[in-house]
Amino acid sequence: MFVARSIAADHKDLIHDVSYDFHGRRMATCSSDQSVKVWDKSENGEWHCTASWKTHSGSVWRVTWAHPEFGQVLASCSFDRTAAVWEEIVGESNDKQRGLSHWIKRTTLVDSRTSVTDVKFAPKHMGLMLATCSADGVVRIYEAPDVMNLSQWSLQHEISCKLSCSCISWNPSSSRAHPPMFAVGSDDSNVTYGGKVQIYEYNENTRKYSKAETLMTVTDAVHDIAFAPNLGRSFHVLAIATKDVRIFKLVPLRRESTTTGPTKLEVQIVAQFDNHNSQVWRVSWNITSTLLASSGDDGCVRLWKANYMDNWKCTGILKGDGSPLTGSSGQPSAMSTVVGSSIQTSQNALNGMSPPTDKAVGLTLTRCKELGFCPPAAGCVCGAGGVFLLMHVKRDVSTYLM
Amino acid sequence: MEEVDVEPVVTNISGIRPGKRMGFAWGPGDILVYETQNKASGPTGSGCAFIHVVRKDEDIYSPILRKLFNESHHIFVGLQTIKDDLPSKSKKPQFVSISRNYRSVIRACMEELQQAAVSANDTDMATQYGNQVSILLAIELIWNLCEVLFIDAAPAGSLLLHLLDWVRLHKSDVDEKAKGVLQSDSPAEHRDYWDVVLSYVLQGRLEDTRKMLMKQAMLQPAAKSMYKLMDSLLSKMPFYNPGGTQTLTEFDVKWRNWHEEVDRYLKDNSFASNQHLEVICKILLGDEDVLLEHKELLSTWYYFLITRLLYCHPTVKPTELHYYAQSSMMMFLDSGVPEPLDSILLAAFEFDIHQVIKDCSIALNNWWFVAHLTDLLDHCKLLQSHNLHFGSNLREFLLLEYASGLFTHHSLWQCAVDYFDHCPEFGRVYLELQIERVPLDTERKALKVLRICEERQMSEQVRSICKIMAMRAVRNNRLGSALSWSIRAKDAAFATLISERFLQDYCAKGTFSDLDLIDNLGSTMLLSDRLTFLGKYREFHKLYGEKCFSDAAKLLLSLMTAKIAPQSFWMTLLTDALPLLEQKEVIFSAEQTYELMYCLEELTSSLITAASGSGRPMQEEDVEVTKVEMLRLALARNLASAIVKEGTMQT
Repeated sequence: MFVARSIAADHKDLIHDVSYDFHGRRMATCSSDQSVKVWDKSENGEWHCTASWKTHSGSVWRVTWAHPEFGQVLASCSFDRTAAVWEEIVGESNDKQRGLSHWIKRTTLVDSRTSVTDVKFAPKHMGLMLATCSADGVVRIYEAPDVMNLSQWSLQHEISCKLSCSCISWNPSSSRAHPPMFAVGSDDSNVTYGGKVQIYEYNENTRKYSKAETLMTVTDAVHDIAFAPNLGRSFHVLAIATKDVRIFKLVPLRRESTTTGPTKLEVQIVAQFDNHNSQVWRVSWNITSTLLASSGDDGCVRLWKANYMDNWKCTGILKGDGSPLTGSSGQPSAMSTVVGSSIQTSQNALNGMSPPTDKAVGLTLTRCKELGFCPPAAGCVCGAGGVFLLMHVKRDVSTYLM
Repeated sequence: MEEVDVEPVVTNISGIRPGKRMGFAWGPGDILVYETQNKASGPTGSGCAFIHVVRKDEDIYSPILRKLFNESHHIFVGLQTIKDDLPSKSKKPQFVSISRNYRSVIRACMEELQQAAVSANDTDMATQYGNQVSILLAIELIWNLCEVLFIDAAPAGSLLLHLLDWVRLHKSDVDEKAKGVLQSDSPAEHRDYWDVVLSYVLQGRLEDTRKMLMKQAMLQPAAKSMYKLMDSLLSKMPFYNPGGTQTLTEFDVKWRNWHEEVDRYLKDNSFASNQHLEVICKILLGDEDVLLEHKELLSTWYYFLITRLLYCHPTVKPTELHYYAQSSMMMFLDSGVPEPLDSILLAAFEFDIHQVIKDCSIALNNWWFVAHLTDLLDHCKLLQSHNLHFGSNLREFLLLEYASGLFTHHSLWQCAVDYFDHCPEFGRVYLELQIERVPLDTERKALKVLRICEERQMSEQVRSICKIMAMRAVRNNRLGSALSWSIRAKDAAFATLISERFLQDYCAKGTFSDLDLIDNLGSTMLLSDRLTFLGKYREFHKLYGEKCFSDAAKLLLSLMTAKIAPQSFWMTLLTDALPLLEQKEVIFSAEQTYELMYCLEELTSSLITAASGSGRPMQEEDVEVTKVEMLRLALARNLASAIVKEGTMQT
């Protein structure tokens, strides 16, 4: 892994959230400076800020994109007790020329009496819906019945979770066998209050969400929660950021057709890692849920990967080294032209540091010439001094097999 | 399998202070990280706001390696089409040829990289290309050995011949050296002369050795007989001929006789007066000490191994290889530590396929090699027999990883589709998750993605792509495109919405846009009522334009009576009827006129109820009233003429 580029975000305060759009061509950032910025990726891979506006009158905690089927729509939530929905409108031509876009507020959701800590759009098969959770312990689910009129949002459900909520995640499964489901986490640190993760499921008959499960073993404050993409499986996988990283499997138990209550779930813990050795603040899955990333107070982002026998291992760590960015223009041009290298990560090469010494294995077995590739006249370029720099240990690709 | 704890790779991010909490976001093929803090700690005013794009799998961004990915993709697809029901005997040559194809792609790629490295102006680039060449060299070396041992699986006798080919192919520096020697004025006196001769002997290239020795013999007439003797020994050395009639035992007897003969000449000091020839003689006898004195020429333990087998155990069986391999490595490396490549090759000689794959995955920074090799070995049914429960599981796991990596690339993702297609367990789900993330930059690209989804009956993805495109088109006011995408998505609600926009546009401008599309709706217009109306209404205009007045009139009336037209549009339709009513010829029959009158009454009565509620401006109401009055008049006049005409015709 290497740093391909660094972008000067130009927020005047802490960034709290960065979110990619569905196709990975745009991103949105939000900050304590009360603004949201939208960035577009150009053909050559550079990011340009195309909109920046004040969204709230408090820190903006989270920003998230609706599925592109609903157009270009963002939702944000803030310490100012509100969540808001924003839509990009196709701007006038001179704005387009200047590479700017217009975002207008479609609605402000003002039902919460406390800080709105998380906002998430529901899976698209449910229509244009979003869920918010707030410090007063309430999850609210809103729906825009007419996707062409985003100023109309109705509060469909209000679910009291009793504990201050910090994070929410929808189960992405679109299988008919799985009713809509979300998990909500609480950052209440009082362990005597019991389980800090609750799972709610929608009931077709009552048309209400009811609690399907509380993860009783998670008693410490929970800061983030994430369902994995379903991959067509019958069970669900949930990652939790608390004092450690945990991965749970939720297996729906076969229900009798006569019962009307929520599906019973069998909860199995798949993995538990205390490598951060501190509070964990974020967990998130990649597209195919083959990798989980987590970040903690140890200043590391850790990458977790399962091998084909479902054994989870830490395969990579990202951490700050404090060295200044070279040419802090924000988009150092050299970084964009780096073509894949193997021996030296280009990051190091570009920052003028010495090559990593950790476990880089240079094979000195044989020389290229002997392998018949460098005509003597051509001058050998196969590594310094003709040494056959064969491989270096690149474990993010590897530990799956252990 | 042994549990090895490999430390995770650490990537340092400059610009982020050590120990500071990081936020992150997954993207396609990369991860964004930024410094952040606990929500509770409040604003710090630190403007340290950089977002770092951290990327993996950098190989796919190299244009030359891209060719490797593209071409191996074709070979991969070819391999998947080999029928399972063929007898394994007839499949083996196919597998060997596929293996060779993969290797030749690697070789071609290496040569190109080598060229690029030589012509690169920038030393950093040259080093990078050089590094990639080195990695490909190792990959090809390992692959070739796996081909000999696992895929071709040559029996005793042929095995050694294949291993010799392997050495000769990968240790071709001797040819370069020989060229230098032969091109010199006096080859036999060249300083590399004896190195070349010995290298030939070590590789078992005895014909080449004899030719070289001839040059020396001519310079030393005195030693002529000694050279002649050596020449005859070299020419007599038996090589196993797998195609011939000779059995392995017969060959073995013959070889032993030859070996004894060589031994006799050494013992009776036939070569004592020429140190070079004596060394050759000792090598022919497989003297390990003498071989080890030539480490420089052998360069690696595995070349030493093959030479040792050639002159000591030419009938080595596959099952005995591991013993000689281990001892050769120990003897050659002495107290040196084996490197990853050594361990991989040793594992191969030990026929531990799983270990080879595992070690390669650890040592190499890409999935290309392990994924393709494992797939090929799996087709050869080698994984099952070695490791019962790892078999195709492992194959699929590696292919999914490789293909997922390809998917992040703007053009290689199309190759990845075929890899997913050949992963029975999770391939489809992976493809579904990945393909819907392909950016739909242009209509052309959207159509390409769509075709792939349609071919695989991925109806949900098809619907979603069309819906995204329709939404985008509406936002940009491209109604025609929006309509055709929503028809493709079979999205009735959206088609209704867009039809409505078309009709609004018509009311405002009096003309239709995107006539081609609307004229050719055909049966697709049945998707939504409003769309049907749009199509039919346009048909009316066409009939009218073509002066098929009576057909036009019939259609217009049916739009209202069959309730296809929304009532809000009836006034427009009735107004459209005016010119037909005003024609000299009677077009609407009496009965049709009654129906039109009925429609008008229905409309006006509902208008009155609506108007009483809303405070519409007087002027607008006046226009409406005038319109209704005009219509009534025209209808009454038409009724009169129709009755007259119909009465006349009956009599």
